[in-house]
Amino acid sequence: MTHDTAFPFLTVLVLLPAVAAVVVAAVPARLGASVQRRVVEAVGLGATLATLALAITITVRYQAGNGGFRLISDHMWAPQLGISWYLGVDGISLFLILMAALLFPLVLLAGDLRDNRSAVAWLLLLEAGCLGSFVALDLVLFFLFFEVTLVPVYFLMTGWGSGRRNYSAVKFFLYTFLGSAFLLVGIVAVAFVHEHQTGTLTFDLVALESTRLGTASQILLFLAFTAAFAVKAPVFPFHTWSPDAYADAPTSGSVVLAAVMAKMGTYGIIRFDLSLFPRAVVDLAPLLLSLGVAGILYGGIVACATRDLKRLVAYSSLSHLGFVVLGTFALTTQGLTGGVVQMVNHGLIIAVLFIVIGWIYERRGTWNASALRGLQRPAPILAGIFTLAMMAAVGLPGLNGFVGEFLVLIGTFVSHRWWAVVATAGVVLAALYLLWAYQQVFRHEPDPETAAVKDLSWREVAVVAPLVLVIIFLGVYPKPVLDRITPSVQRLVQQVDRATGTQAPAVSTGTTSAAGR
Amino acid sequence: MIHVAYVMFLLPLAGFAVLALFGRRLGDPWAGWVATATITGSFVLACITMAGLLGRPAAGRSFTQVLFTWLPVGGLHVNVALLVDPLSMTMALFVTGVSALIHLYSIGYMKGDEDYPKFFLYLNLFVASMLILVLGDNLLFTFVGWEGVGVCSYWLVAFWFGRDTAASAGKKAFLYNRLADVGFLIAMFLVFDKTGTLDYSGIFAHVSAIDPAARTAICLLLFAAAAGKSAQIPLFPWLADAMEGPTPVSALIHAATMVTAGVYLMCRMNPLLATSHPAQWVVAGVGAATAFVAATIGCAQQDIKKVLAYSTVSQLGYMFLAVGTGAYEAAIFLMVAHAFFKAELFLGAGSVIHGLDDEQDLKRMGNLRKWMPLTFATFIFGWLAIAGIPPLAGFWAKGDILDNAWARFPVLWGLGLLTAALTAYYMTRLSALAFWGDDRWRAVLAKHGHGQGDTGRPHEAPWVMAVPLVVLAVLAFFGGALLLPWHPSWTPLGWLAPVFGARLYDAHLSGATEWVLGVVDAVVALTGVGVAFPLWRSRPDRPALEPRVLQRSYFLDDLYDAVVGRPGQALADFSATVVDNRIIDGAVNGVGRLARQVGSGVRKVQTGFVRQYALGIVLGAVVLLVFMATRAWA
Repeated sequence: MTHDTAFPFLTVLVLLPAVAAVVVAAVPARLGASVQRRVVEAVGLGATLATLALAITITVRYQAGNGGFRLISDHMWAPQLGISWYLGVDGISLFLILMAALLFPLVLLAGDLRDNRSAVAWLLLLEAGCLGSFVALDLVLFFLFFEVTLVPVYFLMTGWGSGRRNYSAVKFFLYTFLGSAFLLVGIVAVAFVHEHQTGTLTFDLVALESTRLGTASQILLFLAFTAAFAVKAPVFPFHTWSPDAYADAPTSGSVVLAAVMAKMGTYGIIRFDLSLFPRAVVDLAPLLLSLGVAGILYGGIVACATRDLKRLVAYSSLSHLGFVVLGTFALTTQGLTGGVVQMVNHGLIIAVLFIVIGWIYERRGTWNASALRGLQRPAPILAGIFTLAMMAAVGLPGLNGFVGEFLVLIGTFVSHRWWAVVATAGVVLAALYLLWAYQQVFRHEPDPETAAVKDLSWREVAVVAPLVLVIIFLGVYPKPVLDRITPSVQRLVQQVDRATGTQAPAVSTGTTSAAGR
Repeated sequence: MIHVAYVMFLLPLAGFAVLALFGRRLGDPWAGWVATATITGSFVLACITMAGLLGRPAAGRSFTQVLFTWLPVGGLHVNVALLVDPLSMTMALFVTGVSALIHLYSIGYMKGDEDYPKFFLYLNLFVASMLILVLGDNLLFTFVGWEGVGVCSYWLVAFWFGRDTAASAGKKAFLYNRLADVGFLIAMFLVFDKTGTLDYSGIFAHVSAIDPAARTAICLLLFAAAAGKSAQIPLFPWLADAMEGPTPVSALIHAATMVTAGVYLMCRMNPLLATSHPAQWVVAGVGAATAFVAATIGCAQQDIKKVLAYSTVSQLGYMFLAVGTGAYEAAIFLMVAHAFFKAELFLGAGSVIHGLDDEQDLKRMGNLRKWMPLTFATFIFGWLAIAGIPPLAGFWAKGDILDNAWARFPVLWGLGLLTAALTAYYMTRLSALAFWGDDRWRAVLAKHGHGQGDTGRPHEAPWVMAVPLVVLAVLAFFGGALLLPWHPSWTPLGWLAPVFGARLYDAHLSGATEWVLGVVDAVVALTGVGVAFPLWRSRPDRPALEPRVLQRSYFLDDLYDAVVGRPGQALADFSATVVDNRIIDGAVNGVGRLARQVGSGVRKVQTGFVRQYALGIVLGAVVLLVFMATRAWA
């Protein structure tokens, strides 16, 4: 827990987009519409790109090694309440930050909202909330960031969404807010128990880890925390807000919801549940593993019957996040590392899918796969990029999606064999619905209206090119990423094992003699 | 020199990259020449590596080349690494050789196609994947190639995606394989669970650490994957549909190389397979049954490519029969010989299809030997080789497998012999229908209005297509020489022995028995030819010999549709409309309604409720954040 550096990297990372949001919101209208638009666009892009540069710097400075927290910023701000501005990054959050920071500028560039004052302001605030959630190590601070994200999404959906956007926005808001209520109660309860035991009131995660909790209270608190996270992710069966929200939000909203905010749920489970309630995690693992597997299969099955492309991707997301839940509760190094990798990979893949689907909508005015056909003929580059993202989602080795899924499944197999066996069937389902969708939208001879469609412009190619390159790179050479994630994961797994007296399977830690190395 | 083995798969990969970036600018025919050049380069490298290996003593002909670490997570450590040994190099050699010929052929065959560069793009990626598959030094890297060839097959089968049947066939091929690959994945998990490694050498060093039940399970799971890739019972229906792809694709992927990957995998895992008798039984039994069933279907097909497709399924069945018997060398021998003569047959069929303006119906061909003499002359070699007429390659290869079956599983030998008769029969039927009889194609070409002063005659292929035909015909003839004992201490296939050990069953057969079995094989083959030729030369329509059940492949597609397809769709629809909408979401909305009724006072401000609430949160949060930020720097 040392202050590695004088420069408060993480504080700036969080505040930069927040301040930019205020700046954008304050751009006066009397500048005239076109000037205002240009200023908004410049500030928005500048801030998100600067944040990305900062995130890249943090990643580069983060050397593989022990798995503890780095770049700590720890400042008491309300001693009487025990709340502090406590930020830190480890292998588990590092690449989530980078992924989020990469997506925001691209989301701005991909859509047509990049010069809209309030939309850009909301997006910047959203970025601050997302990044803050991934680096906050104080429970109240985390809760704040976690909640703040609801608001921009709500306004983005109602302002620039489509379909039944008001219904979907309210549903999203109330559903996740209800989940958060449990989280808040849980946080306060943990802190009070800790205060009762030690005499200090604190919301510091590391300090709270030493709180002694009986099995029953661990389980209750675990359920309270997990309620919020399961809704946010979403975990089956708390997912029904997500197809509505993903479908009716504007492209930027869908991307952030599915790629970044969903990870706040699964990240919350890993960061808080595993370290605060290890006993409950081990005891309830079968339940959560089952929900993960159910999500994998159920999301895939429903996706097979879905015609609306955005809803189809929403259900595929449910399926892919099931792998994260599975890997997490496998409680092995491979499973958990795979889960973290899957979070990052899923974010990258689903961002490409939503962006491309948005472009299809711009060209053809529909998300209904049955109403589209033959798009590959006039738009081969668009088809090629969709194909790549699709194959990554299907889990084709050589692309990033495979790495996470394989690690999750092999890590689950060594500790909870039958869950892994059933979940492996999920890889068939992904191929089933995605290839169906591809055939509908891109194959056959195009109708006249489709035949006139323009292929991607250079600007559009430039927007997805970074994502495409990262998808390939992480599939071919994931070692630098794995080397940074694994130590933190091992630390967490050992922590759970120590607290509960369980033992990870020998093959997963490499301590078996049969490994022969 | 053998340390540059990895360049073998990097060359086609580089070709893929070049074509992806500049393919459209290169265009027809330069894209094709670039692709062909990279594969030829790989072939040359394979020859050099092979020579390098042969220059070493027999015990030192296996080495691992680590390129980089791929997945290092805790106890799991997977490298991107190549295993260069006699088995992988035999595979690499014939894969690159046949690929180079088919690339050359494609330059002519695909001429004028609007996606010409893209065809070679996929083809290069395919060869790279196939080389990764055979050269991988661990199960997972092999799996990379395994999936890579699968996805290339998907793209190439659906290459003419404007046709609905082609688009569906590509998807079908991918899904069947994906289903089978579940077996591959679970087998890997089980191997890792038992041995802590996925490297072949590591697994084989710890075979004794795996309990017998797990050994059988691993072998059967891998065989499930192999049955998908190599189109065995019950997963073979996709291969017939895959004939929707351009004919060079059928020759390369769906005859010579990719579909043999399952056989290769089982051969590679031979140290494990040899320890599980139940698994050997299953492999041999399924192989023999598939050989027979597919041959019966082949007897009644009307599409020239579908006959060849079912013939491929049948020949792959023979290979699995050999694998299950423990005769791995025999399996590899037939694999190589089959690559030669089946590629020859497909390319010959492609030449016919090309010459008849895309006509594939055997009943509309006839008497083509007069019009396409070169195609006919080369086709004969493929036909007689697969029929098992001595001294062509097929006779030796099939004989080797049947001898081993005789020694180990006599019942399966009987089934195999029956299949041999059928093979000779259906191939003769095909040849007779295409090359003898009346000029039934005249109606086709007249209908196509074969204009521009052309006399409406079938045309012979250009030289780029003719050269591969001739080369493959020669190989189909002389391929049997691979088995001949050239020197007491050296036979070409004998160099595989270090990989497979001495597990050949025909070693127990006496010389006299081998002679008798060989004569039986020859007589059976000649009988098949003798029965079919007069029947099908004189008349193209013999409904009694083409029962519907065979034409429709025992109604397997209908069966799967009824048992899996439609119930699956019904389940998906039910889940989407009833479970998700009414039950899960219904419960959520129910809770919402309940809450609203309880708090009826809220109803009045309902419209602005969330909005005000949301603004309240954000304002509060901003105040808090600003406060905290100021404190943070205090």
